Amino acid sequence: MLKIENLHVKLEVEDKEILKGITLTVPDGEVHAIMGPNGSGKSTMSYVLSGKNGYQVTGGSAHLDGTNLLDMDPDERAAIGLFLAFQYPVEIPGVGNMTFLRTAVNSQRKARGEKELSSGEFLKLIRAKAASLKIDAEMLKRPVNVGFSGGEKKRNEILQMAMLEPKMCILDETDSGLDVDAMKLVSEGVNALRDGKRSFLVITHYQRLLDHIKPDVVHIMADGRIIKSGGPDLALEVENNGYADLLAEVA
Amino acid sequence: MALARKALFEAKTADAVARVGIADLPRGGKWISEIRQTALMRLHAQGMPGRRDEYWKFTRPDDLASRDSIPAKLLVTDEKPMFTDIDRLRLVFVDGVFDAEQSDPLVEENLEIETLAEAGARDIHWARDLYGVLVQRGQSPVDRPFATLNTAIAAEGVVIRVTGKVARPVSLHYKRKNAHSDAWLHNLIKVEIGGDVTLLENGPAAARINTVLEVDVADGGAFHHVRAQGRDHERRATTHIFARLGTESTFKSFTLTVNGALTRNECVIELLGDDAHATVAGASVGDGVFHQDDTVFITHDAINCESRQVFKKVLRNGATGVFQGKILVKAGAQKTDGYQISQGLLLDDDSQFLAKPELEIYADDVACSHGSTVGAIDENALFYLMSRGIPRALAQNMLVLSFLAAALEEIEADPLRDDIRDRLERWVERHHA
Ligand SMILES: Nc1ncnc2c1ncn2[C@@H]1O[C@H](COP(=O)(O)OP(=O)(O)OP(=O)(O)O)[C@@H](O)[C@H]1O
Ligand SMILES: [Mg+2]
Repeated sequence: MLKIENLHVKLEVEDKEILKGITLTVPDGEVHAIMGPNGSGKSTMSYVLSGKNGYQVTGGSAHLDGTNLLDMDPDERAAIGLFLAFQYPVEIPGVGNMTFLRTAVNSQRKARGEKELSSGEFLKLIRAKAASLKIDAEMLKRPVNVGFSGGEKKRNEILQMAMLEPKMCILDETDSGLDVDAMKLVSEGVNALRDGKRSFLVITHYQRLLDHIKPDVVHIMADGRIIKSGGPDLALEVENNGYADLLAEVA
Repeated sequence: MALARKALFEAKTADAVARVGIADLPRGGKWISEIRQTALMRLHAQGMPGRRDEYWKFTRPDDLASRDSIPAKLLVTDEKPMFTDIDRLRLVFVDGVFDAEQSDPLVEENLEIETLAEAGARDIHWARDLYGVLVQRGQSPVDRPFATLNTAIAAEGVVIRVTGKVARPVSLHYKRKNAHSDAWLHNLIKVEIGGDVTLLENGPAAARINTVLEVDVADGGAFHHVRAQGRDHERRATTHIFARLGTESTFKSFTLTVNGALTRNECVIELLGDDAHATVAGASVGDGVFHQDDTVFITHDAINCESRQVFKKVLRNGATGVFQGKILVKAGAQKTDGYQISQGLLLDDDSQFLAKPELEIYADDVACSHGSTVGAIDENALFYLMSRGIPRALAQNMLVLSFLAAALEEIEADPLRDDIRDRLERWVERHHA
């Protein structure tokens, strides 16, 4: 369970508050969606939860299964089961995708005191998962995200998620840049990971993704706050009417 | 002003003279004695480089030019020597002196190989027309007095003639037993038409080492060179490579430099035949008060030749990386493709990377590009790796190795590249953040 309480965040280098008191709980096994206008703070929230530099938490808390996330390094957060699929996956020339994934999987296993996977075991696992996401062997050999198309990068994020089997998955606009077929593939990948325990926080601008990945709750974020939460219908309302009415309600 | 310059010149000359007189030259046959005397005379005219020399702007030549070498503590390591898993013709030099007992018999198909001592002792030798010739050609437009000095006084090295494709690499393995050794090595390689050879060099050669490698590659010939300048922390080295390339020939040289108090590697290449290819690449890593200088001068003087310079330097804890690289395209050298990149990765604020890339072009149909960058670890990449569970130190190591990867790609042979990568992986692990 991810529990965020009254989280306030400002930029480290300037006095600009970006998150102005976020409160949000995602219970085990649920899928929550976050929608909201550009610049409202959705990515910032996901970065702060995963431990990116450059932000300062000025108030509030965030816990994953009772563990305080905000005190930990990014790798430690990952090891206890947090995963962020980036809105803009980073290209890393010179590091092979396969080496990267194997190092990630085994680092996490080591941190948790589990046995590391042998190359054979790892290969078997990754081949199966990559095939279901239509990621070919050539893409696995290439440097991380380098020369990948927008959609390939997003599929690569989901492959990482599938390999790391996190407890709490945050997907930041994983649907943007995907064609219709890729959207289906990615959604199937996500749905395959739904096991009644694993939770998802899906950030999106479009209802379409939510047709495939059915949310339990939809939140609307605006100007660093959750201004409304509701059922799946809320996403439809946004799709049809935009944010104007919702923003007017809270103003 | 003129007077001051004269005084400076005299001081430098005096320094050179102080180091050697004709009587100090090594004994040898007539042909090599003549070459040595000529070199010494040239040296007197050149003088040793001083701190005001533009070409030595980033690197102080004092400790390389001083009369006595500074003693260098021997580094004791349990590291397995390089290239041990590669089938090679191995020659061992101890403190700069050939050791026949530790070396393989000097027999190999398509190869004539002798030590410089042997070749120099003969009355006549084919090397007469080549020894010191490429050094001399490389003295313009910039003097390279350390190479001139080397030509005058080096008594050790190998002289090789390559008449076809040589199956195994020739490997020069340098060992060091003495904290005071001052070594001079001069290696000469003549690759005949269609010849093909790989030269490997590794090991701590001496407390202070001055090496010259002259490589003459005839039409259609190929020369590959992989060199590892070891972890020997206190040693000082000045090295020169002079290469001359004929039509459709290939020259590829890679140098790994790990730590070391002072390293100055110069490489001077002339592309004289059409459709020739030259690559000079290097990866250097320094953690401590180390100084690593790569200075390259490539002259295109033929049509449709390609040259590549790829240098990557990782620096921390006071290390300095230097790159001076020049591409000179002479009039008529049309369709030249010249590429040059030098990059420094600074792992802290105490280190520096100094670069001077230069292009001088007198032909109109050429494609030349050069770039130089200096930067720190990419924070976004670091965060991305860590967000997948990779601990900071390991993630940083991965990024350091990935930074170096492009230089390693310039090594053609997989087993050699793997050996170098392995070295770097271990260096990176030892020098954790
Ligand atoms: N490092 C930063 N430096 C300066 N401004 C920042 C930084 N990070 C975030 N911001 C600002 O904070 C606000 C929220 O940005 P954020 O990326 O979280 O929005 P978002 O909701 O994800 O938007 P989008 O829907 O466009 O992805 C924006 O105004 C953005 O410019
Ligand atoms: Mg965003």
